[in-house]
Amino acid sequence: MSGKVAISLAVNGETIEALVAPRTTLADFLRQDIQLTGTHTGCEMGVCGACLVLLDDRPVHACLMFAVQADGCAVETVEGLTHRRAIDDLQKAFHERNALQCGFCTPGMLVSAYGILASGDEPDRDGIRDALSGNYCRCTGYESIVDAIETTARQRRQQMAEDKA
Amino acid sequence: MNAFAGSIDRPSSYIGRSVSRPNAKRLLEGRGRYVTDLVLPRMLHAAFVRSPYAHGKIVSIDIEEAKALSGVCAVFTGEDLASICAPWTGTLGHFSNMKSLPQVPLPLGKVMWSGQPVVLIVADSRAIAEDAAELVIVDIEELPALADPVQAMSAAAMSQELGDNICFATKLDSGGVEEALDAADTTVEQSFVFGRHTAVTLEPRAIVADYDPSENRLTAHHATQTPYQFQDIYSRHYDIPEANVRVIAPDIGGSFGMKLHVYHEEMAVVGASILLGRPIKYVADRMESFVSDIHARDHRVTGRLALDRDGRITAMDVDDVTAIGAFSSYPRTSAVEGNQVIRLMGAPYDFSSYRANLSVVFQNKVQTSQYRAVGHPIACAVTECLVDAAARELSLDPFEIRERNLIPDSSYPRTSPTGYQFEKLSHQVCLARLKSIMNYDALRAEQAGLRQKGILRGIGIALFVEITNPSPAFYGVGGARISAQDGAILKLTPSGEVHCSISVTEQGQGTETIIGQIVADQLGIDREKVRVMTGDTDTTPHGGATWACRGAGIGGETALQAARKLKANLLAVAGLILQAQPGELDIRADWIVETVTGQQRISLAEVARIAFFRSDTLPPETQAQLSVVHHYAPQGYPFAFTNGAQGCLVEVDAETGFVKILKHWVVEDCGRIINPLLVDEQVRGGVVQGLGAAFFEECLYNEEGQLTNGSLADYLVPMACEMPDIEISHVETPTRDTELGAKGCGEAGTAAASAAAMNAVNDALAGHGAVLTQIPMTPTRILKALGTI
Repeated sequence: MSGKVAISLAVNGETIEALVAPRTTLADFLRQDIQLTGTHTGCEMGVCGACLVLLDDRPVHACLMFAVQADGCAVETVEGLTHRRAIDDLQKAFHERNALQCGFCTPGMLVSAYGILASGDEPDRDGIRDALSGNYCRCTGYESIVDAIETTARQRRQQMAEDKA
Repeated sequence: MNAFAGSIDRPSSYIGRSVSRPNAKRLLEGRGRYVTDLVLPRMLHAAFVRSPYAHGKIVSIDIEEAKALSGVCAVFTGEDLASICAPWTGTLGHFSNMKSLPQVPLPLGKVMWSGQPVVLIVADSRAIAEDAAELVIVDIEELPALADPVQAMSAAAMSQELGDNICFATKLDSGGVEEALDAADTTVEQSFVFGRHTAVTLEPRAIVADYDPSENRLTAHHATQTPYQFQDIYSRHYDIPEANVRVIAPDIGGSFGMKLHVYHEEMAVVGASILLGRPIKYVADRMESFVSDIHARDHRVTGRLALDRDGRITAMDVDDVTAIGAFSSYPRTSAVEGNQVIRLMGAPYDFSSYRANLSVVFQNKVQTSQYRAVGHPIACAVTECLVDAAARELSLDPFEIRERNLIPDSSYPRTSPTGYQFEKLSHQVCLARLKSIMNYDALRAEQAGLRQKGILRGIGIALFVEITNPSPAFYGVGGARISAQDGAILKLTPSGEVHCSISVTEQGQGTETIIGQIVADQLGIDREKVRVMTGDTDTTPHGGATWACRGAGIGGETALQAARKLKANLLAVAGLILQAQPGELDIRADWIVETVTGQQRISLAEVARIAFFRSDTLPPETQAQLSVVHHYAPQGYPFAFTNGAQGCLVEVDAETGFVKILKHWVVEDCGRIINPLLVDEQVRGGVVQGLGAAFFEECLYNEEGQLTNGSLADYLVPMACEMPDIEISHVETPTRDTELGAKGCGEAGTAAASAAAMNAVNDALAGHGAVLTQIPMTPTRILKALGTI
């Protein structure tokens, strides 16, 4: 419990060497040890999706992982996605559609949306709703979030078609 | 009043325009600053030991081992904090004979609900504080728990000081109900159960209390809707001069009424910070939220409706028993919901004989109190389900029976039989609009076709009336130090931009955005040149803040009047510079223009530069007033009532009891709409909270008063895959009590969504002998109603 463990991981492209308590979750490590407070915790049991981050480019619940388990991995948070401009279009669509209110679920929603759109497919509304089934939002009623992701998916497809042409 | 001199038709107008929220960008980039994120130098962390019993006598508390744990700074029990904190009692003077026990941060002899905080641990980290909490030994002698509200009414008092378990009881009787029931051609009666549910804000409750003994100054970074109320409370209960108490509410991760009540944990953490002279952080975890955040609803209602042979309602008779927990909450009490339930019953309909009985009962559970749409969903569901029951009895279409009974739009102002004064409502227009946007006749045809194939679709509608823009009649008259007025400070910057600090607060609904729109619109400047600040008692005037749908109606009017005042000052200075009459000048697109011709004379930035830096060039004796302070308290009607109608389409699987919500419609009338985009999203979010109550959400207790589903894995909230698309339409009936004409919209969605859903499910089950009068309508309850299980 008390002995700290040395870990080395990439967070948002930066190598981090740290000593962490074995019981420290990845979410607490990100939020408390390296002040990446964009990742939120809402349930600490993997239900609400507020803590979703990318681990080796796949969405994972940072509250269900210990920081030591991320040793040697690449972690990306909403701050990193923002910085490398990977979700500019999603953020713009969320903003214009008002697909957020209090914003507490939003980083997790964006990480989920990044995952949904990563395949390059254009999911329909039901598909988006299904894919968001692990993201709890108390404010919006979800429709605006579905709209924003749908809009972004369509724009990306159009962009790809234009690029090909 | 209401000579709305707004500029809605002007191309550069911002009132009535959908614009995005400037402050949402930081939230989208993970740059939000929630209390949860805050770290201060020398900050300590709090954790609580909670009562495992719903009711019990504290025999002993052994804290020695916990205190000895490395990293633990202090351990506090009831006496430690009671010695510095004045107790609080959740009663209001205008609820006669209301009673509740005084409360202190941590209990002194008895525990009253399972989950009540008993011991506070303060340590270097939350993890250490939780380790220490496990080392505390609390010996409690368990007492019988009052877990059933109806039994609690007649059971021995849970505390001798109370005498009985009735917190508050009242009756309303307009007369004539008995006679109307006797003379009725049709009477319908139903008994309803509305489950307890809770707000489940995604960010739990959070506070960082930072007491500085050198200045006797308390700064509380507090995730709340109502910083001024807490400034008052911390000052009075901890005897710190009010001006020395600063409450800062930064980004808030959802509130919905839940974060404006006084909680034992927050009071204890403030007390501990005073005792230790260091900042202390407390963030509830989700399990703690379920047992300590206020719950809501928990009503058992029996309602009767009398109708004549034409299907016209002649009388309504209601009995509501609501159970609130062991204490009435403070400072808004736990009786407001019941009071609003019995006063909102039947509100859309034209009848005069009404009788109601309300009993607000104590029990050994966590407190219930105000949560989004306080009382509305109960009153709406009882009324609308009874109306549908009468329609079934009389073989009338649900639209037809409502058309026969609505208060005519032409007959306002009206006073309801429960005493509410309605300035002007638009039920007839809203109902007709709902029928049209639902494409109702086509839906009915489709339903009939599918029914032949064994598919059970249901269509339900519900009308509602919502209370918004509350005057002091809500709390002030009862003695609560809760402001009905708001204040704003508008400052011109030397570059000709405007800074607005205002007392209404932001929890994501867009308060700062609409205030910015109003200020920019009224001043005639670009919206990007207005910066709005909220949520800090040191930098904004004291006001009511945001609750009960008052942000747009009262806060917006405050901003409007303040902006007009500043504009008059700026035109006066411009007039001096230009040697023109201020009355002949206007501000448009950041320029001082001639009102009649629109010709640009001088930029606002240039006026500001001269006024701030070259006052020597202005005529002698000129003192340009470049900032204004303005307060606005609602005048006229005690509340600005709004109204609307909702429709719900569901498909019920009679084999499994599962319900698929296919579509939901809302027509609502919140008066002048400032930002349609934001209004629509308030309505959608509200509807989904109502649908959650209708189908999923319930705090389940066993007979010992233990919450049995207190986690997000067990308590069901609506998720994206279960929710429908929601179509919205607006009717605008501005209130004439203000220049702006805006009323509230935040609770409209929640008010009627569960009623429409209940009517939809019962419509689907019609012909199967099943009627559901309990929410949430779980698959089990649906199958039981169908007699399947």
